[in-house]
Amino acid sequence: MTTFSRLSRPGWTGLLLLVLLVPMTAPADSAVQHWETENGLKVYFVPSPALPMVDARLVFNAGSARDGDHPGLARLTNTLLQDGAGDWDADTIAERFEGVGAQFGAASERDMAILNLRSLTEPDWLETAVETFVTVVGQPVFSQRGLDRARRQALVSLQAQQQNPGAIAGRTFFETVYAGHPYAHSPLGTEDGLADITPGHLKTFHQTYYVARNGILALVGGLDRSEAEALAERIAAVLSAGEAAPALPAVAMPEAGRTIRVNFPSEQVHVFMGHPGMARGDADHFSLYVGNHRLGGGGFTSRLMEEVRTQRGLAYSVYSYFSPMAAAGPFLMGVQTQATQADEAVAVMRRTLEDFVASGLDEDELKAAQANIVGGFPLRTASNSGILDHVAMMGFYGLPLDYLETFTARVEALEPATVNEAFGRRVDPARLVTVIVGGEG
Amino acid sequence: MKQKMTRVCLLLFLLLPGWLTADDGSNVHEFMLDNGMKVLVLPDQRAPVVSSMVWYRVGSGHEHGGITGISHALEHMMFKGTEARPAGEFSRTIAALGGRENAFTSRDYTAYFQQLATEHLGTALALEADRMRNLTLPEDEFIQEMRVVREERRLRTEDNPNALTFEHFNAVAWLSSPYGIPVIGWMADIDEYTVADLRDWYDRWYAPNNAILVVVGDVAPEAVHDLARTHFGPIPARDLPAVKSRTETPQLGERRITVRAPARVPYLLVGYKVPVIMTAEEDWVPYALQVAAGVLDGGESARFSRELVRESELVASAGAGYSPLSRLDTLFMLSATPSAGVERAEVEAALTKALERLKDEPVSTAELERVKAQVVAREVYRLDSIQGQAMRLGMLESVGLPWQLGDEFAERIRAVTPEQVQAVARRYFEADRRTVAWLDPLPIDPDDPPGYFEGHLR
Repeated sequence: MTTFSRLSRPGWTGLLLLVLLVPMTAPADSAVQHWETENGLKVYFVPSPALPMVDARLVFNAGSARDGDHPGLARLTNTLLQDGAGDWDADTIAERFEGVGAQFGAASERDMAILNLRSLTEPDWLETAVETFVTVVGQPVFSQRGLDRARRQALVSLQAQQQNPGAIAGRTFFETVYAGHPYAHSPLGTEDGLADITPGHLKTFHQTYYVARNGILALVGGLDRSEAEALAERIAAVLSAGEAAPALPAVAMPEAGRTIRVNFPSEQVHVFMGHPGMARGDADHFSLYVGNHRLGGGGFTSRLMEEVRTQRGLAYSVYSYFSPMAAAGPFLMGVQTQATQADEAVAVMRRTLEDFVASGLDEDELKAAQANIVGGFPLRTASNSGILDHVAMMGFYGLPLDYLETFTARVEALEPATVNEAFGRRVDPARLVTVIVGGEG
Repeated sequence: MKQKMTRVCLLLFLLLPGWLTADDGSNVHEFMLDNGMKVLVLPDQRAPVVSSMVWYRVGSGHEHGGITGISHALEHMMFKGTEARPAGEFSRTIAALGGRENAFTSRDYTAYFQQLATEHLGTALALEADRMRNLTLPEDEFIQEMRVVREERRLRTEDNPNALTFEHFNAVAWLSSPYGIPVIGWMADIDEYTVADLRDWYDRWYAPNNAILVVVGDVAPEAVHDLARTHFGPIPARDLPAVKSRTETPQLGERRITVRAPARVPYLLVGYKVPVIMTAEEDWVPYALQVAAGVLDGGESARFSRELVRESELVASAGAGYSPLSRLDTLFMLSATPSAGVERAEVEAALTKALERLKDEPVSTAELERVKAQVVAREVYRLDSIQGQAMRLGMLESVGLPWQLGDEFAERIRAVTPEQVQAVARRYFEADRRTVAWLDPLPIDPDDPPGYFEGHLR
């Protein structure tokens, strides 16, 4: 069904009765518990006893930035884990997860290779889910037939990207801003890169990067500490200790701005404007994050939304963000608009950014941004899945354990001068890479 | 192994009614204000936050030719000011409280929501009550916002070949039912809305007796009732228009269309007309249809993934979908993206064969138990999100079903038998009741793949 939004988630019985007969009064203890397994897998655990479910997220430093000479290798490895492992084929693995209502998910981005397991905590069901999970993680088969199929599917996905002007714009933006860097290519890979990948490549990639010292495990849910420790040891036990992947090369700022236009027969143009922004753990992180909230990160109350949508009706969606990654991820402004008004929209956005970089935000604007971020903070950790997202991110990027507890205080401590100085130093409108796709029928 | 799982499943299902039915477990509190506004409150104390939603029983399914999409356009204008609060103040106020807010429109409803710290619930309700009654609809804001709506349509539909295919498919599938109307509306209609059209739509449908307030979170039910009385209580009820039945004309044979649009990957949609909970004459039918969808496409172990993606490798992906929650009959949907080089006829034949198999042989116990286990687990997982819980309650009530049905859902699915799945397949999956659409990709650039060139900004 289509919806349209204004803008574009004895033990058994006892547990269940506890859920509904006793009102859910046990909040998740937001303090993150941390330890390492014997072979060096870092574990981050938040008990959340109110619901009889558990989420495990295993993240390896094994995203497409590790593809090397085979763009698409990291994603194929990640995708094919569930295609056959130990003595089980893909059908059996899927039956084992789904037969106990467990949800298994695999995803591969530029930095992260992610494996998710969501299961009920009912012991027999959890046992089946975990046994399957550790087999998939530790003993994948990587058959030639599975590889060939996954490669063909990836090629179809690449074709589908080529019929989507937004996807073309995103791809072009990364290829330009990160030319020569491992972030340059899409995690989906390239036709050439996919072509000569062999099962041997997948096995080597798995043995190198899916290892304890190159990963973290986040656990959130209805487990106590000893149950969490046992689960973590069991997952870690299928991994060799291995080594952490080396740091990625630093990202260079472009010397000068440039504009790239790509022909595409669409009614709207899709525009991305930006340049390298910041890495996770950057000293300016809070200043840039809060400043951007006012510029284009704060939804309907941001300056870009005000200028482009509310005052001029030029676009449905307009935004800006910093995407902090292991190496400097992008600072990006984006919009989609009818081709005939593309230049106007780009000019308004550029002017809005220039004003913001030159003059910054004032006391009232900062206070409004702080109020929104601080007031909204409880929403981020109101669910197990929200907690899991934050804890896995903290763990993967090695942020301090008190990151969540001190988050609001660090936002509130900012002064306009601090934010504006950082923005002026880190964002340079003269060096924006602008990608414009579409509007040519 | 298998045997053990079966035993666990049975144990679980035996226990189910004890915790998912209203009698024993549900914490939903229902109130009715004097003006006919229904209030549903579900306490969930896991975090000091609340999800508040106001649902109006109006959507594209209440529209007619010439004004299609007007429910969605009005939803946009609901943020453009009241007599007491100018345009933008709603969003600024919620933002200052750290809240998130938005709205969405569908066939049967238009809903507005805020998520925020519990102590600010009163503010959110005051703002919602204000715009239920006092919308100003200023001409200048209207002109700007309709430009935004047109951009939204271009973004979602005109430049998205699969969405375009669906829109045309859907418009052909339905003759007399309003479900053929695209929720966002046809561009020609969007171009010609007037403020008076919107005013008329607002006056007709935005009334407390056509609205449901749903609040889920760290709240006390009586306190929410009091707040609702304070803010919404003074708004008088109105006479609501009679909603005509607009029953779909019986289909007299297959409908088949091609959508030719710039694209690279063909895409197939097949839809069979089927009843929903509101319209089914036998109450097990919608649940059997839901199980049928789960057997075909309930994850990686379901038939489409197993047989069409992995075994025969005919498709890159294939899906089956059915939602029993709507006011009127709906479509049981199949979709597929062929693998490169596979003939379209072959893909269609494979989907048809999968449906024929549902008619010819009962689904296996293992398949049935897997579908049921997934439903049971999802009912628990859904409790992790206060927004998800509020959505369920609001959706049920706004299509005309009692919220209590949500608590029976897992139990109803549990009761479905292999024979019932077979029966719905035989009854509804007939060629004469289906609509078929293919996206036929037009070359994106006949001479040259998309290339880059450096240009100048004018």
